[in-house]
Amino acid sequence: MTTASYPKSRKAKKWFRRTPWMIGLFFALILALASLLPLYWMIIGSFKIQTNAMSVPPEFWPSMPTIENWQKLLFGKSPTWRWLLNSVVVASVAAAFAVLTSALAGYVFGKKEFPGRTLLFWLIIITMMLPKQISLIPLFILMRKLHGFNTYWGMIVPWVAYPFGIFLFKQYMQSIPNELLEAARIDGASELRSFFSIILPLSKPAVGALSIFAFVAAWNDFLWQLILVTERNMFTLPVGVSKLVSNLSNYDLGLAMAGATFAFIPMLIVFLAFQDYFVKGITLGAVKG
Amino acid sequence: MTLAKRMWKARWAYVFLLPALIPFFIFILGPLLAGLRLSFYEARLADQTFIGFGNFIKLAHDEAFLYAVKNTFIFVLVVVPVSITLSLFIALMVYPLRGSVQGFFRMAFYLPVVASGVVLTMVWLYIFNPTYGLLNYLLSLVGIGRVEWLGRTETALLSLAIVVVSWTLGVPIILFIAGLAGIPKSLHEAAKIDGANSWQEFWHVTLPLLKPTLLFVLVTQTINVFQVFIVVLLMTRGGPANSTQTIVYRIYETAFTFFRFGYASAMGVVLLLIVGSVAVVQFKLLGQEVQY
Repeated sequence: MTTASYPKSRKAKKWFRRTPWMIGLFFALILALASLLPLYWMIIGSFKIQTNAMSVPPEFWPSMPTIENWQKLLFGKSPTWRWLLNSVVVASVAAAFAVLTSALAGYVFGKKEFPGRTLLFWLIIITMMLPKQISLIPLFILMRKLHGFNTYWGMIVPWVAYPFGIFLFKQYMQSIPNELLEAARIDGASELRSFFSIILPLSKPAVGALSIFAFVAAWNDFLWQLILVTERNMFTLPVGVSKLVSNLSNYDLGLAMAGATFAFIPMLIVFLAFQDYFVKGITLGAVKG
Repeated sequence: MTLAKRMWKARWAYVFLLPALIPFFIFILGPLLAGLRLSFYEARLADQTFIGFGNFIKLAHDEAFLYAVKNTFIFVLVVVPVSITLSLFIALMVYPLRGSVQGFFRMAFYLPVVASGVVLTMVWLYIFNPTYGLLNYLLSLVGIGRVEWLGRTETALLSLAIVVVSWTLGVPIILFIAGLAGIPKSLHEAAKIDGANSWQEFWHVTLPLLKPTLLFVLVTQTINVFQVFIVVLLMTRGGPANSTQTIVYRIYETAFTFFRFGYASAMGVVLLLIVGSVAVVQFKLLGQEVQY
């Protein structure tokens, strides 16, 4: 640092050097709190009655806490539990398919030589990067012909082939030593066997990370679920809950916050249970990507 | 070896590929190509007529769509740099911290990502309310008067940008922290021995070595933010006075409210071209390999 005044003692010198960092960290802390504030506000709001939710100045802690909103949400007119079930079914089946097909394909791209390899791989990578909206319209028309509206399989089917998963598994499986596969071949293991008993067990971290990723991605596939489903009972949780604010100028605030909180809880549980996989998945996808 | 022979030899590879390739062709690549084709048609629910570049010519004079293109660009130009600068800053500040404290910060910025767009948008709708919203209350404490966040053309797009930034920090922070951990300590020490101050060290050592991460974050963020949609749908529906129209929101309304499939596909093609060329430019400008 080129500053005129020099601190005297060693300790003061160290403090002096660290001051900019401390200030920066303080700002980071404020941003972190700002980032958490909306979630706090949502949870608190779900326990407020309408007049308190609209009070000025706002209440940072509900003066008359109520569970009325939650009763209305969970045992009222909306089939909220059904929405939860729909989301769980769609996201888990989609994730299961996505992981299986991309593990198989990723293995082949990572470990095998065959005619058409480069072309197919690049086709998949390019579609991974491109915005999905353009394929949404023909997919919508196709689903109309196949009677896929208001069905689980209609919501799941776009996830069965998962380009990001193929890419991730290819990256991961490339690093598995060839000697292991050759040893298996010499022992007379079939292709299927060496995949299921060698490759897949060695890829556990990738399988874990990708299961979570595909699950969350399919859970949040909002636009597709919004246009495909018109029956109230077939809404997924995010779509159903979003209808609570469909009338922008006049809606039940407490109920909307309860709905948002309820939609947040399953994802929070998944995140807390599989935190390490999230971090691993994010960094795996980016490594030399 | 002939091609057929080589293919026969690798038959297992194709068998393993089929479960992914069949749905890939039917539900991903097929619709993509069909969408390209549809953009040259006047297509509604029942009938399709080929009209060449008709849709694109119409788009060039479509006021709402032109607003959407302009807004989407502004949106990307605001959100992406702000989000990358903030997340890099936060990662740098938080990186020297011990595990659990660092964990708190990572969690604080990742929870909004977990919460998803729908949930966050619903909360922000409440926070932005001009009369009883939290934001105006907090601003009133420092003497700033009532702002109609979503109700005025000057602030509506900015408001949506704030919401989107709030859920685009978590992933880059994790990536930048991982990138910082990958920089050899010896390089930092060498810089110190050479008498570099912290700013010089950041500019000449840390930043160049973070370049691959930076490029990855930049390209993926740009692609994502170009597709901004949920905030528009749940907060403003494109208003007031077209000030928050975005390309994907136009596609949604055109295709799934008015069922003008051909016209909406043409919008999709425009989005595809924009995103594709921006990504290519970013790669060209920043894509050189980094050597240690």
